[in-house]
Amino acid sequence: MTTTTPSTPAVSDDDSDGPARSRDAGDPGGPGDQFDRDVLPSPPGATAALLRSLLAPMKARVALTTLLLLLQQAAVQAGPLLVAYAIDTAVPAFRDDRNGPLFAVAAGYLLCALASGALQFAFIETSARVSQDVLLDLRGRIFRHAQALSVDFHERYTSGRLISRSTTDVESLRELLDEGLQELVTVILSFVYISATLLWLDPGLGAVAVASFLPLYLLVRLYRGRAARVYGARSTAIAAVIVKFVETMNGIRPVRAFRREAANDAEFAVLNTRHERTNGDSLLEMARYVVGSRLVANTAVAGIVLWGAHRVAAGSLELGVLAAAVLYLRRLYDPIDRLGMFLNSYQSAAASLEKIAGLLAQTPSVPEPERPRELPPRKTEFPGREVVFDGVRFGYRTGGEVLPRFDLTLPAGQTVAVVGSTGAGKSTLAKLLARFYDPSAGRVLLDGVDLRELPMPELRRGVVMVTQEAFLFSGTVADNIALGRPEATREEIERAAKAIGAHEFISALPDGYDTDVRKRGGRISAGQRQLVAFARALLADPAVLILDEATSSLDIPGERAVQRAMATVLRGRTAVVIAHRLSTVEIADRVLVMEHGRIVEDGHPDELIGGTGRFADLHQAWRDSLA
Amino acid sequence: MPTTRETTDRSAVRTLLRLWPYVRPVRARLLTAAFVAVVASCTGLVIPLVLKWMVDGPVADRDPAGVWLGALYLLLLGIAEAVLFGIRRWLVARPLSHVEAEMRAGLYRRLQRLPVAFHDRWASGQLLSRATTDLMLLRMFLAFPLTFLLVNGVTILVGLVIMLLQDWVLGLVILGPAVPVMWTCVVFERRYARVARRAQDQIGDLTTVVEESVLGIRVIKGFGRHRSQARAFRELSGRLRGTELRKARLLATIWAVIVTLPEVAIGAALVLGVLRVADGELSAGTLVAFLSTALALRWPVDSIGFLLAMSQEAATATERYFEVMDELPEDQLDGDGGVDPRPQARDAAHRAAAQGLRFENVTFRYPDAPPGSPPLLTAVDLHIRPGESMALVGATGSGKTTLTALVPRLHEVTSGRITLNGVDITTMSREELRGRVAVAFEEPTLFSASVGENVLMGARDAAGKPELDRALAIAQADFAHALPQGTDTRVGEQGLSLSGGQRQRLALARAVVGRPEFLVLDDPLSALDVHTEAAVEAALRRVLADTTALIVAHRPSTVLLADRVALLSGGRIAAVGTHQQLLRENAEYAHLMSGEQEDSR
Repeated sequence: MTTTTPSTPAVSDDDSDGPARSRDAGDPGGPGDQFDRDVLPSPPGATAALLRSLLAPMKARVALTTLLLLLQQAAVQAGPLLVAYAIDTAVPAFRDDRNGPLFAVAAGYLLCALASGALQFAFIETSARVSQDVLLDLRGRIFRHAQALSVDFHERYTSGRLISRSTTDVESLRELLDEGLQELVTVILSFVYISATLLWLDPGLGAVAVASFLPLYLLVRLYRGRAARVYGARSTAIAAVIVKFVETMNGIRPVRAFRREAANDAEFAVLNTRHERTNGDSLLEMARYVVGSRLVANTAVAGIVLWGAHRVAAGSLELGVLAAAVLYLRRLYDPIDRLGMFLNSYQSAAASLEKIAGLLAQTPSVPEPERPRELPPRKTEFPGREVVFDGVRFGYRTGGEVLPRFDLTLPAGQTVAVVGSTGAGKSTLAKLLARFYDPSAGRVLLDGVDLRELPMPELRRGVVMVTQEAFLFSGTVADNIALGRPEATREEIERAAKAIGAHEFISALPDGYDTDVRKRGGRISAGQRQLVAFARALLADPAVLILDEATSSLDIPGERAVQRAMATVLRGRTAVVIAHRLSTVEIADRVLVMEHGRIVEDGHPDELIGGTGRFADLHQAWRDSLA
Repeated sequence: MPTTRETTDRSAVRTLLRLWPYVRPVRARLLTAAFVAVVASCTGLVIPLVLKWMVDGPVADRDPAGVWLGALYLLLLGIAEAVLFGIRRWLVARPLSHVEAEMRAGLYRRLQRLPVAFHDRWASGQLLSRATTDLMLLRMFLAFPLTFLLVNGVTILVGLVIMLLQDWVLGLVILGPAVPVMWTCVVFERRYARVARRAQDQIGDLTTVVEESVLGIRVIKGFGRHRSQARAFRELSGRLRGTELRKARLLATIWAVIVTLPEVAIGAALVLGVLRVADGELSAGTLVAFLSTALALRWPVDSIGFLLAMSQEAATATERYFEVMDELPEDQLDGDGGVDPRPQARDAAHRAAAQGLRFENVTFRYPDAPPGSPPLLTAVDLHIRPGESMALVGATGSGKTTLTALVPRLHEVTSGRITLNGVDITTMSREELRGRVAVAFEEPTLFSASVGENVLMGARDAAGKPELDRALAIAQADFAHALPQGTDTRVGEQGLSLSGGQRQRLALARAVVGRPEFLVLDDPLSALDVHTEAAVEAALRRVLADTTALIVAHRPSTVLLADRVALLSGGRIAAVGTHQQLLRENAEYAHLMSGEQEDSR
């Protein structure tokens, strides 16, 4: 995991002397923030609607599986009927030398056996397809939705929770689909079949059997309510375990260096024990249910047998009918445990689906435009475009304005360095331009088009941002550079790497550009990662390039090389460069000094350096730091 | 990849036996529960016998008292069965949750102590899927298949005995399919194991993609690459779907066999039974009881298929679990914490030379580097005198970070040694070593805890508010006091997000809070602006006055914090001296510090 950046990214590089999020966000333990809870609010009925929408495209196949199960149950349940027929009809017939009924029994039983096997096979096959397709759909939806949600959302929801949504929560739906639904259908079908058969065999016995459903139904209802609570708690508990687990594994170096192992063990134990407790609770709830349902069932069997036996003794019931009825009764109550299993998987899936529905109900705060507008054709042969901040105000979600009111025009092709102390609003500016956020008032325009009206792909082609945290994905170095423009050829990738001075170190890796960054020998230093990120941005060939502290881990020659490359690469592009190290200024056409969300100085670097303002100060301090 | 280790030949039973140490503490409960389940199951089997007795006796004789008695027996047996099943579940509920939790805690404990190199190699998604999905599978296995393979086995045996006793001919007919069913199970077991393993590994890979796409969300958004990321995800999840469908097909086959064959046997027994009842060789009651028993055995027989499947998955989960647990934690990779076997230098002169932090002929290559590749560090010799601070300068990728990681033993030297005040670091416990050496990493990771806790992590237990305030002041991290709850504000993954510069300053505060004897700073000021950097430097200088420190530096300003500078080049220390000295004398150094071409100097 050398290549992952810390999992706690900054909201903004600019608000170092104030909370990045405001009052209620700064109160993570308080009740005011919905993100403190594991379940995000979703409209009522969203869980059921989600399940419905997942199953909707499968209608035909769900019907088919139900039909297969119906037939299969028919084949299975025919057994006792054949037994009754055999005892009451075939035996006397055989004694009278009529073999027909016996042959019928033999043929019937064989047919049923073969049919139930074949149908079982077909059923498992089809239902697995349905369930896997539903899971595929759901996984995809979670993934795509999570990707569509804003950076802001990700910062608040935490990666651990998202991971637990798409792993353990999907897994519990899978259990429901794989086992639960089959159980449910089997249970319902056998209830219906058996009740009908019993009623047909003997209306009295049948009626008693049906009457015994009432206490069972009450029991099921009681269980449902209790289980819902227990499973909800359990799913929250496991999510907390996952969050802690992920955090530890991603920060393993500091964990080691600061001997956090024991303290972590203790913290993990608390979460793990909480999960253990809720887990045990859910199992005990199930135990109670099983005892209750068995008691009802066995009492009913004893009662029915008692009554039936009396009637046989009185001559109002055939022995064969009683035998069949008893066989059926046992079967009637057999699936009750399985109903419990269904309820189990249902509750746990419902708890999970509720969380997934809550996640899916989040609307991206940076939505795709409803009526997208294209960018106008370029006015010059250069790739750059004009950027305008028009009356932009911005505060992070819950208050604390970072940009009070901001107007700025960057002509196409201009390279602008933005400097200022931490907390001045530099990164906010960059993130608004990259549309990681939308302004709370005002507009950000690219060649006169509001960013909010630009289709996302168009925007992302046009505006590219390189940040300090250079994240590398699993895959080769070439893959990681190609992220900038997937259709790029190997030559183009290498050209980008060469331009930025990354070619040398990449060639020295064990497999050069094909070195897997997560595998043997693929260790890449922070500075090298930044170079790869730069190459990625170059390859993307954007109209507007934003560099937010993108060279912080480079050594001076590396930075120089990048700057030389930039001087060529940036020509004709609009660029916003944020850097603490003022060496950047050398390539800038214009410098903006920001303070508390306002521009306090604006001018050509030479002009500002020659002056007596803040920039002259900063520049002097920087020169001194170079010693 | 260690995560896709193919396993073809291994016995599921032998693998599952490895769970014993975890199950041992709850063995009494588990055994009792299994026993109770067997009794409950057998109780269920007695019920048809009572029925037979009723049909052949009181019902045929029209004896109302006998019927009442029979019904009473049925009721009692029924209650016993219900209560026994309840007891079984009650017995195992807490203990098995406990086993799962223990195993998870064990995994977590082990993972925290495995060498950093292990973590470099393993995607954390693969680790996470072991801690969640696999352990849940194991708990389910212990709760269900393990008990019920036993219970159903016994039930089937007892049932068969009952049937054989009632009528051995019919009994033998029922026994007929046993051999083909067992053969199918064995064949199926092997194939299923392979596919199950593949599926679990693919789930781990999928988890990794999810994790990366969340952690790398800014890059994905910045380049509008969520579509290609989604494509990769779709491909992987599609592959997983394929594997799951293969699993389902295997399962369907076994089910079909297990359902069909016994049913055919029951049909044959029925026909034969009818013939014999007609001939008067068999009572109708016996036939009813016989078939009732045979049908009662249906579930135990049917269930064997999925019980075996679950056991297979459990075996795979066990295997995956122990893939991690079998790795040796770093303190078992060597004789940790022992007494220094080498005689220590006694004479004063020698002692003085050994004081401070010393690298002696240190060579390092990553243990998993491809064979034949040159070591990253070769014969590094460097002596940092007590109280001295040494800047470490070198080109990007020259191994500076790696060198610093060797001091707290995040990685182990391949050869040579590192000494603290003359003591080889491999002879002291890591606990002690890491207590004496404080580190600030280039990537400042904060944990989900309060600011205060995050900083005080770097101190011994006794440190309190004054120490915290002092450290925050040194690192110019006073902004912490202005956070909503001051230094009690939670940060990290589950708290307030801080900017890179803020995190870096907190990480620095963490490194200095414990007034460490030795300090290792990896480019600690990279995300700070010039003014803040200057302030931090001024404060740091006071700390560094009496601390032995190694500071990775990219910029002259950071270099100036140090008394001397060491230049790392080509895997060795190429030069040591003061900044001015090296600027004058070493072209490479001058190039690194000024960015101007080497030949121009």
